[in-house]
Amino acid sequence: MWNRDRWQEMFYTLRKNKLRTILSGFTVAMGIFIFVLLYGFGNGLKNSFEEFFLDDSTNTVWLYPGQTEKPYRGFKAKRRIIFRNDDLVDIQQNFPFFIDYITPRISRGALVKRGKESNNYTVRGIAPGHQYAEKTIILNGRYINEADVKNKTKFACIGRLVEKDLFGNKPAIGEQIDVGGVSFKVVGVFTDEGGDNEERLIYIPYTTRQRLEKSNDRVDQIIVAFRPELGYAGALSLEKKLNNFMRKKHNIAPNDRSGIYVRNVAADLKESQQFASVLQLIVTFVGLGTLLAGIIGISNIMVFVVKERTKELGIRKAIGATPNSVIGMILHESVFITTIAGYVGLLSGVGTLALIGDSLEEYFIINPYINTSTAVAATVTLILFGAIAGYIPARRAAKIKPIIALRDE
Amino acid sequence: MIEINELHKSYAIGQNTLHVLKGINFDVAAGEMVAIMGSSGSGKSTLLNILGMLDNADSGTYTLDKNLIKDLDETKAAIYRNKFLGFVFQSFNLISYKTALENVMLPLYYQKVARKERQERAQKFLEQVGLGPWATHHPNELSGGQKQRVAIARALVSEPKVLLADEPTGALDSKTSYELMDVLQTINDTGITLLIVTHEEDIANMCKRIVHLKDGVIVEDKKVKQVRASSYVE
Repeated sequence: MWNRDRWQEMFYTLRKNKLRTILSGFTVAMGIFIFVLLYGFGNGLKNSFEEFFLDDSTNTVWLYPGQTEKPYRGFKAKRRIIFRNDDLVDIQQNFPFFIDYITPRISRGALVKRGKESNNYTVRGIAPGHQYAEKTIILNGRYINEADVKNKTKFACIGRLVEKDLFGNKPAIGEQIDVGGVSFKVVGVFTDEGGDNEERLIYIPYTTRQRLEKSNDRVDQIIVAFRPELGYAGALSLEKKLNNFMRKKHNIAPNDRSGIYVRNVAADLKESQQFASVLQLIVTFVGLGTLLAGIIGISNIMVFVVKERTKELGIRKAIGATPNSVIGMILHESVFITTIAGYVGLLSGVGTLALIGDSLEEYFIINPYINTSTAVAATVTLILFGAIAGYIPARRAAKIKPIIALRDE
Repeated sequence: MIEINELHKSYAIGQNTLHVLKGINFDVAAGEMVAIMGSSGSGKSTLLNILGMLDNADSGTYTLDKNLIKDLDETKAAIYRNKFLGFVFQSFNLISYKTALENVMLPLYYQKVARKERQERAQKFLEQVGLGPWATHHPNELSGGQKQRVAIARALVSEPKVLLADEPTGALDSKTSYELMDVLQTINDTGITLLIVTHEEDIANMCKRIVHLKDGVIVEDKKVKQVRASSYVE
């Protein structure tokens, strides 16, 4: 294998048969290139999929009040359900074992002004736990805290893009903004991985929002975060218990579908993870298909190459080549070509993926990539099958008596 | 050098078997130059192929330079061929993508001779057949006679004991044929045993002995007075 003469002989043969060399190399390089590209795209698809779902916490159950459609316990149908502050307290008291934190959310649109700048934003009245539910990242200052909720302060935590819209490049911390006619002090600026819309939000204490609305105690929705160690089964059980508890408390028929809505992010996540694994399966399938096509390609080339060389091999045998040296020569050449070409295909595929980067984001392909081990395994597979595909016809050629190989003129 | 006893060979062609060699007894001493003649189908090429270990006999014995050639596997046959025998074919059988020199070097490659020595020895033999200046030419740049001389140089480079030539002049015109025979006679003069299959009377007469084959048996085996090809050249 490491005989210098043998390498020289091989390089010479490859150089003198450029078309054949390029053709076989091209097949392999192309196969690996397409494999890397498709696999990378599949991963990119998965990435964007995960980005959709994973920007919020996954250990939460969301409760939304609705409108009953069935009469129950003397209440008429079409009754609007309203969540109030005491629901928060009750849930907290009845499920202490399950709950990590709980937060309401009261969303209102508002015209927000600062000097000459003004714009419409969604203003959310929340409790401190909301920061974890949304995975809000504080850039400057702080989030709304318990003291704000208790004292019903007029403090606001604004999104990065709100700051940019209203303050330009100046820092907003400590400045006053006018939210729907009420002056708030900016105490924090945040960002969120969920995209631009999530950065055009304003958070204020929910109690402040309630005081502004005639001191009522209504909340829009309740987000209950359970302790992550409960796992998926625990989450399902909590969801069921919460549902029953709230139905009982608000006198909603157990089979009334629209009185209350419960969304379990953990269950959603599970579903989306299943979808993601189906996606992964498709990606793998496409990859294997491409690889198979590559293997068939290289096999064809090898059969053709050996066929084309039958006479040459016959001559070599007549002047003293042993069958093993004939097989060795063909394998050596084929493994060499497939290795080099596979490497070229691998590099150009990975390079193309890096070049594409995030430019295909509109097609839901974010950061396409292929992990090195997959790419290398694919290349090695192709090399291996190239060798096997070369070995079978080479062995046959080596077995042919030189006289027969030389006969076909 | 070569001893053959009761050699039989038949080929299966569909349902029928074709009995090509029907008991050949035949000895060749070292330094002989033998022409094997016969019409097509007489078995002369088959005999040569068996002598060259390119084909196996069905029965009978074959001894080459005191080595009994029997039940050789391909690897052993390859080694014997490389060591004892040189081949010259009617259709030259040069490797087209190699130059004349590289073609001549190839048998030495399989003998694992160092590259430098391969080059020197090949060059020497190319010069011996009068093709020294053509060393870097590819076969398609050479005439038929030149190609055959490259083939002869290639057959000689491994310094074989026996040179087997199957219709070496079959693809050449008579002038070139005589030139080639001159080369072969010169080689024979150095002591190498030559077996030449031919159906041309004048070529056969340039050997020292003529063996006539007909329907798989030797019908005539006579020594002849060698006609020197050099008298026809120039």
